Amino acid sequence: MAANFPTQKQVQGGIGATEPGHDHAHHDEHHEQSFLQKYVFSTDHKVIAKQFLISGIFWAVIGGTLSSLFRLQLGWPEATLEWLTPFLGKWIEAGKLNPEFYLALVTMHGTIMVFFVLTAGLSGTFSNFLIPLQIGARDMASGFMNMLSYWFFFVSSVIMFASLFIETGPAAAGWTIYPPLSALPQAISGSGAGQTLWLVSMALFIVSQLLGGVNYITTVINLRTQGMSMSKLPLTIWAFFLTAILGLLAFPVLFSAALLLIFDRSFGTSFFLSDIYIAGQALPNTGGSPILFQHLFWFLGHPEVYIVIMPAMGMVSEILATNARKPIFGYRAMIGSLLGISLLSFIVWAHHMFVTGMNPFLGSVFMFLTLIIAVPSAVKVFNWLATLWRGNIRFTTAMLFSIGFVSLFIAGGLTGIVLGNAALDIQLHNTYFVVAHFHLVMGSSAFFGLWAGVYHWFPKMFGRMMDEKLGYIHFWLTFIGVYLVFLPMHYVGIAGFPRRYYAWTGFDTFSQFADLNKFISIAAIVAFIGQFIFIFNFFYSIWRGRRATENPWNSTTLEWTTPVVPGHGNWPGDIPAVHRWPYDYSKPGAEEDFIPQTVPYSQTQSSNLPYEKEME
Amino acid sequence: MTTLSIVLVLALLLVVFGLLFRLQILTSIFSGSSNREVGVSNRVNAIMCMVFLIGGGAWFAWSFIENFDKMNPPIASVHGLATDKMFWVSMAILGVAFVLTQVLLFWYSYRYQHKENRRAFFFPHNNKIEVIWTLIPAIVMAALVFAGWKEWTRITGPAPKDAVVLEIMGKQFNWLVRYPGRDQKLGVVNYRLIDAVNEFGFDLSDQNGVDDFTAGEIHVPKGHPVLLRIRSRDVLHSVYMPNFRVQMYAVPGMPTKFWFTPTKTTDEMRAQTGNPNFNYELACNQICGRGHFAMKMSIIVDEPDDYVNWFAQQKSFSDQNPEVLASFKQKSEKLVNKVPATPAAAAVVTPAAAKASL
Repeated sequence: MAANFPTQKQVQGGIGATEPGHDHAHHDEHHEQSFLQKYVFSTDHKVIAKQFLISGIFWAVIGGTLSSLFRLQLGWPEATLEWLTPFLGKWIEAGKLNPEFYLALVTMHGTIMVFFVLTAGLSGTFSNFLIPLQIGARDMASGFMNMLSYWFFFVSSVIMFASLFIETGPAAAGWTIYPPLSALPQAISGSGAGQTLWLVSMALFIVSQLLGGVNYITTVINLRTQGMSMSKLPLTIWAFFLTAILGLLAFPVLFSAALLLIFDRSFGTSFFLSDIYIAGQALPNTGGSPILFQHLFWFLGHPEVYIVIMPAMGMVSEILATNARKPIFGYRAMIGSLLGISLLSFIVWAHHMFVTGMNPFLGSVFMFLTLIIAVPSAVKVFNWLATLWRGNIRFTTAMLFSIGFVSLFIAGGLTGIVLGNAALDIQLHNTYFVVAHFHLVMGSSAFFGLWAGVYHWFPKMFGRMMDEKLGYIHFWLTFIGVYLVFLPMHYVGIAGFPRRYYAWTGFDTFSQFADLNKFISIAAIVAFIGQFIFIFNFFYSIWRGRRATENPWNSTTLEWTTPVVPGHGNWPGDIPAVHRWPYDYSKPGAEEDFIPQTVPYSQTQSSNLPYEKEME
Repeated sequence: MTTLSIVLVLALLLVVFGLLFRLQILTSIFSGSSNREVGVSNRVNAIMCMVFLIGGGAWFAWSFIENFDKMNPPIASVHGLATDKMFWVSMAILGVAFVLTQVLLFWYSYRYQHKENRRAFFFPHNNKIEVIWTLIPAIVMAALVFAGWKEWTRITGPAPKDAVVLEIMGKQFNWLVRYPGRDQKLGVVNYRLIDAVNEFGFDLSDQNGVDDFTAGEIHVPKGHPVLLRIRSRDVLHSVYMPNFRVQMYAVPGMPTKFWFTPTKTTDEMRAQTGNPNFNYELACNQICGRGHFAMKMSIIVDEPDDYVNWFAQQKSFSDQNPEVLASFKQKSEKLVNKVPATPAAAAVVTPAAAKASL
């Protein structure tokens, strides 16, 4: 347990207090832990990271399966789905998918992917794994809270998973759970017990996020090793740090929205309900506003997309620099743009609500703010491109996924500029254009960041390498697959096809593109099946992969100075001190094409820049 | 039997893949390529980047051109022409940025692939170009925002005084439409008065409502501004008319509105599209439950004269449902008998209902 380790000393000492030489070595050899302590109720950040990762993979398979199911419906609206009866039971009615269950599928797909995979699975995995390793700490500030964070997530997962199987079906009001639909079981059966479980699960999920977030922030602020000033932090850590701050400020607002919705649903309040006549009955609720819920929801919901994407941005920056053998271009601009995005992400939420009846003046304000956020995003893209320019690029699988990330982020980000324009959003709101936009810019991109991170840090997680050839196949299949799915989806969206439609066959306006929808479905299902290559590679390599070396990518950051498989406490001896920024790749005059952060300037006199001479 | 053979084939395929995978590992060990830091696959991936750029770019261009006609729903409103133009201008600007950045991304990946004797260029930052490429998107953004803002304020500004007014109410799972009748005033409604007959919740003690009529489809005159007053009586819906580029949520308890000017009659559009069955359609575009995908209503754009004729032929709700009118008369008589002061009758109007009639 954490108490056995010198982490406490660091906590008391604060910044830079861990002086090399003063640490008491050999913590990882002294004690035997039971299986339960080591792998289940572990307080080791590395084990917790792996728990988040494997839970995330589990959820991604579920989320992907759900999407394949509704893509079957959308691609072949006339087909009989009788053969799915063994899996879906009563949700197949006379060979047809139940339309309410279709809505439940899209709702749960969104919820699972956004929260359970891309928030918990991505940020939970890599914030946990990398923060202590990259800042030079023995563990998180509170290992126990960290453990709680995972187990709250686990309980939340169990509840959400259970909700898939209940009789009235899981929540079905869309992942945004707009009331009154989500508040009234009379309106849709998923708003009965399914929605209750959804809300309970999300409340626990938020607790998990807050426990984790507090920990990440505290750790980054207090436990950095000697010499690791904020301006020497790898961009990954900056990204995780700001992500945690966003989560800490935004998730409580979702909690309040969920709480008020629970009150409306169960205790007869009218926060979001007014003037409703449903199922042959006028409800007594008056004075509430469904729009209020949307404000509360999107006050989390918009930062949430940056919570999802910023860790990916950080990891991609790191991986691009390492494999281009070049310093990241514009390190400070990269931090600045992360700060800018973090700040702006809190004041753009109502661009999701241009046509909800919100005052048009507010719409104008949010349009201005929204389009400003495109500037830091553009700066990031240009800096990534400049990082590749005149590099010496090694195409590891992680590098390919990082390049893929940049490509998808551009493709999806640009259409955001159209959607952020209120006048254009009138037509595009809630169409497949929106679906294509966010699946590229936050869905696929964040997934690519996740894969890049897994391939890159796998050797440090499990001491073995993932198979590169399978990785290449996985990458090209997924990359091409993603474009084949989401590029044509823009066409469908420009034509005005509404999202969350069980079928479009009832409308003349939406009669074209049956073939294109079939095409999208085939591409999506093939790309999903391709992911099993990754899953095979992942689990196979944990036990049978080629053994890794300490620093297989010749990288500069601190985690690569640990043993092949770092034990509890991370460094067997003293925590190394840091002397330089993390991106000294291909420095002129240096012997190797990388200089680790731990190498003092006095040892690299031949490569020191003029201003570094003073620090020798 | 078929299932069994499919399962067998899949299982065999898996075995074959497994063997190939093992074989690949063994060959890479024997050839020693597993020890080399950068092998042949680096070159293959670099080439794949170019193949992807060129192949993907070609497919994108082809599929875009192929589908272009299908992806533009014919426009039939004044502001729709403006927003569509703005949409494609924005897309063109963004398209340039898209092509430029993607070409650079994959070209650099190919061009600067690993070479044994080369060293990357140590280039940590350059303030000048960073300022330049912060300013360029900022300026482009400012231009796009300004254009969008002007159009948005125009579209969402107050409707012209002479606009034709009608009310659309969303319910699970169809639309209800109401016109103000000859007095051009929509009467008071109250959701508590809704029942199977009085679907709108007409409060017929309000004189303005007595000549209101409901309709099975929407009729609007060509070339005349139309103001939609929008309500919902249960959950959220969204009034979405793709051909008019109109969209606004229907919110229970909070009436919304949207105005537009249709530019082509249904007949003209039928001629233009060559589809004799063409109809403008109203769709629901906010998830509302089981029947969300089938919440449709037809919109007929008439020549102004035809519209006036159609309007004149409509029978008011109170005419069609005299029993509802009678029940209100009874009620108000009772009220008058009980409380002599007539103003009390007005007080029956709930605040919510008053809001709806605005």
